[in-house]
Amino acid sequence: MDFVFAQFLTGLAGAASLFLVASGLSIIFGVTRVVNFAHGAFAMLGAYVAYTLTARFSGPFGFWGGILGASVLVALFGAVIEMALLRRLYRAPELFQLLATFGLTLVFEDLVVLVWGPDDLLGPRAPGLAGAVELFGQAVPSYDLLLIALGPIAFGLLWLLFHRTRFGVLVRAATQDREMVAALGVDGRWLFTAVFTLGVFMAAFGGAVQLPRDAVNHTIDLRLIVDVFVVVVIGGLGSVGGAFVASVLVSELDAFGILVLPGVSLVLVFVVMALVLVVRPFGLFGRAEAPSRAVPEPGRKPPAPLSAPARLAVAALVAATATVPLWAGDYLVTVGSEILIVAIFAASLQFIMSAGAMVSFGHAAYFGLGAYGAALAVKLLGLPMLPALACGMLLALAGAALFGWFCVRLSGVYFAMLTLAFAQIAWSVAFGWTGVTGGDNGLLGLWPDGWAASPRAFFWLCLAAAAASVALIRALVFSPFGLGLRAVRDSALRAEALGLGRAPVQWAAFALAGTVAGLAGGLFVFLKGSVFPDSLGIGTSVDGLVMVLLGGIGTVSGGVVGAVVYKALSVWLISQTDHSKLALGLVILALVLLFPAGLGGLASRLAPRRRRAAAPAVHPAVGVGGAP
Amino acid sequence: MTGRPAMDLLAVEGLAKSYGGVGAVRGVSFALAPGEVLALIGPNGAGKSTCFNMLNGQIRPDAGRIRLAGTDVTGMAPRRMAGLGVARSFQIAATFGSMTVRENVQAACLVHAGGMARPFGRADRRFRPEAERWLDHVGLLAQADRPAAELAYGDVKRLELAMALSGAPRLLLMDEPTAGMAPKERHGLMRATVDHARRNGIGLMFTEHDMDIVFTHADRVLVLSRGRLIAAGRPEAVREDPDVRATYLGGGLTFAAAPGRTEAVS
Amino acid sequence: MTGRARVSRRASAAGLGALAVGLGWLGTAGAALAADIKVGEINSYSALPSFTEPYRKGWQLAVDEINAHGGIGGKTLVVVSRDDAGKPGEALTAANELVSREGVVLLAGGFFSNVGLALGDFAKQHRIVYVAGEPLTDALVWSAGNRYTFRLRPSNYMQAAMLAEEAAKLPAKTWASIAPNYEYGQSAVAVFKKLLSARRPDVTWVAEQWPTQGKIDAGPVAQAIAAAKPDAILNVEFGPDLVKLVREGDTRGLFKGRSVVSFLTGEPEYLDPLKDEAPEGWIVTGYPWQAIHTPAHDAFLKAYQDRYHDHPRLGSVVGYALIQAVAGILRKADSTDPETIVAAAEGLGFDTPFGPASFRAIDHQSTLGAFVGTTARRDGAGVMENFRYVDGAAVLPPDADVKALRPKE
Repeated sequence: MDFVFAQFLTGLAGAASLFLVASGLSIIFGVTRVVNFAHGAFAMLGAYVAYTLTARFSGPFGFWGGILGASVLVALFGAVIEMALLRRLYRAPELFQLLATFGLTLVFEDLVVLVWGPDDLLGPRAPGLAGAVELFGQAVPSYDLLLIALGPIAFGLLWLLFHRTRFGVLVRAATQDREMVAALGVDGRWLFTAVFTLGVFMAAFGGAVQLPRDAVNHTIDLRLIVDVFVVVVIGGLGSVGGAFVASVLVSELDAFGILVLPGVSLVLVFVVMALVLVVRPFGLFGRAEAPSRAVPEPGRKPPAPLSAPARLAVAALVAATATVPLWAGDYLVTVGSEILIVAIFAASLQFIMSAGAMVSFGHAAYFGLGAYGAALAVKLLGLPMLPALACGMLLALAGAALFGWFCVRLSGVYFAMLTLAFAQIAWSVAFGWTGVTGGDNGLLGLWPDGWAASPRAFFWLCLAAAAASVALIRALVFSPFGLGLRAVRDSALRAEALGLGRAPVQWAAFALAGTVAGLAGGLFVFLKGSVFPDSLGIGTSVDGLVMVLLGGIGTVSGGVVGAVVYKALSVWLISQTDHSKLALGLVILALVLLFPAGLGGLASRLAPRRRRAAAPAVHPAVGVGGAP
Repeated sequence: MTGRPAMDLLAVEGLAKSYGGVGAVRGVSFALAPGEVLALIGPNGAGKSTCFNMLNGQIRPDAGRIRLAGTDVTGMAPRRMAGLGVARSFQIAATFGSMTVRENVQAACLVHAGGMARPFGRADRRFRPEAERWLDHVGLLAQADRPAAELAYGDVKRLELAMALSGAPRLLLMDEPTAGMAPKERHGLMRATVDHARRNGIGLMFTEHDMDIVFTHADRVLVLSRGRLIAAGRPEAVREDPDVRATYLGGGLTFAAAPGRTEAVS
Repeated sequence: MTGRARVSRRASAAGLGALAVGLGWLGTAGAALAADIKVGEINSYSALPSFTEPYRKGWQLAVDEINAHGGIGGKTLVVVSRDDAGKPGEALTAANELVSREGVVLLAGGFFSNVGLALGDFAKQHRIVYVAGEPLTDALVWSAGNRYTFRLRPSNYMQAAMLAEEAAKLPAKTWASIAPNYEYGQSAVAVFKKLLSARRPDVTWVAEQWPTQGKIDAGPVAQAIAAAKPDAILNVEFGPDLVKLVREGDTRGLFKGRSVVSFLTGEPEYLDPLKDEAPEGWIVTGYPWQAIHTPAHDAFLKAYQDRYHDHPRLGSVVGYALIQAVAGILRKADSTDPETIVAAAEGLGFDTPFGPASFRAIDHQSTLGAFVGTTARRDGAGVMENFRYVDGAAVLPPDADVKALRPKE
């Protein structure tokens, strides 16, 4: 019993740490609808700056002053970022801010290593709170007790701020209806900056108070951001109270779960999130998002199939690409194959994102299922490459059909996070089922059959697959089925009233996209000769998102452009510098600022007969927020 | 209740819906014959929209029965109702903004024909003449290639009407069909719609704030107040009904006197 | 219609144009150096700088020393280094570039086990020798071993054997394990259990914890292990996870009165960050650089400190010894033919700061050993004391067992 109590307290301390960071994310999303991927990076910065400050100033004042000073400094930095970067993007499609904050994260990760060095840094313990308190015969760290108090205190202060100040009233009003605040005559820009600064302050503070428990290092950001997102979604977006309850729920389940299943941490939060979202589609305390009033970007013309001359031009470009193996060396040809494969992956994701407004944070699941399906077909069934690829696609189809059935019942960020949860569950199976998948060590020796073994033959295979996939997806978009998919995206209400249900259409599209992603995954296995769990990992999903956003979410096939640019750039940068993340992050930031409609959108910008800009619609056709 | 054909297209009995204990619609009963034009009026918050949303399945009623040509359709999902020939327009117009005006109607035709599941062939080549005929009918043909999102609000209403009519409905529910239109356009559009409904035996039910539209085009008028039906009958009878007058006066509304501009204004 | 088509066509054209530009960029990447003999090196520089920075310093020192002493048969040794960002897929892209564009005669490097395995498989497929530095997984030279893959560092099995030998001397009867939940942690615990049981059949395991690597929730884990009241604890955590575990365990008294046996904790990479909170009395494998006094190590230490004004980490030794071993192979082979290089490497002896070692012909594992000792605190920093060097050859299983483990070729 004593032990249970001690474990409960330990869980509460973990909950407080999670909540501090999560509340900031929730506040920022609630008002600005920015999916702040850099939130973990701000927490990491808070920890680094606090390390420096507490190392310089000792004693209780030095320690707590350092923690608070670091939080304030990082918050001010956040304000600068908001004004210099995000403010320019509020009119862009909502997810573009995700791309920008992703770029920021890459930059921060490399910068902290450059500034603070590569070693893990051990901050001081809190003065007077280094030891433990004996409670019912169990040693409970006194710092844990402080954290346990800090969580509710922070929650209380936030509550007072939101319910007892004019600023708080505005924040709550804006969380419910962004337009309303503008109608009240409040300067929205000021409000957004203030809210973003507050959110970053919470993140930095949450990171800084970990100093006595953690080693400061450059991987804190990614470790935090996913958990924090999960907490915010379980609690219900924009609900600070929900985030509080969810942090306690997740931390306590973990604290007691590991007693029953010692390895459960690998997947626990994602299982909890999936269960919560299946039962409560808007999280524990979230409210239904208003139905999406989808309005396309101003000036964007309705998509249409290629004209005959355009088809010829594309065919000529495909033919020109087919000559690459005739003049380029093996290395270029192999990189070309990889680019073509990720282009297939990006195209499949773009199909559901652009035509279906289904923003998946877990599309890697189907890439990875295709990869493992193909690999296991070779390993277990001894099949040749092509039938193995078909097996991979079938496994991806099965996975997408199963997961998609639950996902399409949700929308917006909740949809995105449920896809992420399923992808992480699939990842943990590949990672943990060592007997079949080889676990982290992966499956090896999966090289192409003799006829496709040469880099050039494999390149042509990939080119054929990419051309066929992109053509198929374009044909689908413009088919009656695709029109239906776009119809339920534009107005589910109207489609339903006409007799077209949203869920079945989206489910079919999701399964199809998964199948095509599975083809990409299968080809990737034979390109690399191996498969590892990271093919289903968050990194792969994020890459896909970045490629589609870079290409332009408002386009039909811009993701192909995004894939080519992003992949070529990252391969080249990794070969040139150890600071490829810094360089890639800066390039992404530059692209985001220069081409807020994506690279594919650039083409329509340059088109001579550009339509006059229509009404200043600020609601993009697609957004993770789904609604104003 | 005289002068109606024996066979009702729509028969509603004791319809009720409450939110958090507050009755939005309380025991509403009425019937509608094919080719009949019925207006549903009442002050803001009287329950008109709730009532409408229950008729096409958007909202599930707490109690009551809805029969469509004798079939019980209570609680049926909107997409199944659509399959039975119920079409509607929305108070806040809903169209497919990223598509062209023509594609909007083509989409409606495709759904009606059950061809929306086809994963091959080009959608923009299907039902093109039909779509253009309907656009012509509502006066939008000249704008067929524009994105629906760029239409003026009144034109969006027209587009909704074209989409609704293209499915050859038996029952057409229109939530404020002329809102956002210039006054002189309103009668033209209503007249065309009412003529079309009468000619094709479509039961037409609409809500409207413009009393002139109501009293010019409706065969019968239902008056809703605080969720209850307080009057039903021919327009001239309803107009003289003391309860109705009291309701509108009590609710802060009044009938403007000038003919042709009789509108309920706050 | 034409207006709209133009948009789409331009988007597509931009896509393929970008492909051409992208390939063009890549085309500029490999401006060939007029190098005499090129070796390709791949490691997780951006993903794991705390380990790979000292490692790079180590191999750069070796390259300069080799070239200052006449290079390889009169040719200058050039190491072309690439980052793999911690991903096997990127490592393969880099390997491909190094082999087909840079024309390297041999590949070296790797930190993560899965990167090492991917490179080993690439080596087999492309018939090029790969000498792994850091990767610890036993599979690299055993179950997934192949003719072209060699490994420098003492493997998981070898480290487990060194520690199990010491652990068997402890009176402890009940044990608990804490290890990261992936192949490395799983096989470390499994091998240690097996080898300890062979020496001490009376030992029982009363608890285990498998936190996610990089995401340990140290408080609950420490509490859960403490609740099982084991006599001794086996730890396989490292890096930031280790720091958190040590801090939480210390505060909660988890390690008080208990023996702890811990993989790798004596390596400066993991011991240094703990500063004055370094654990005391843990039995660990590691690298006590301050206290090794052999001519080979003295020379290495002086050269390293003179050049970098910093003390070496274990990675520095691995990087240094890796390139020295590679140079030895290439000198002996005197050829760029992979089969000749394999033949030269098998059984080749080479010098390291830890003393002489060799690549076993039977499984291509080097006999480089490790130091086993106990941790202590001196002047506010963690050190190893009572240590001894265990030669790798002493802790490898019998040849018959090894033969059974390796696939037939």
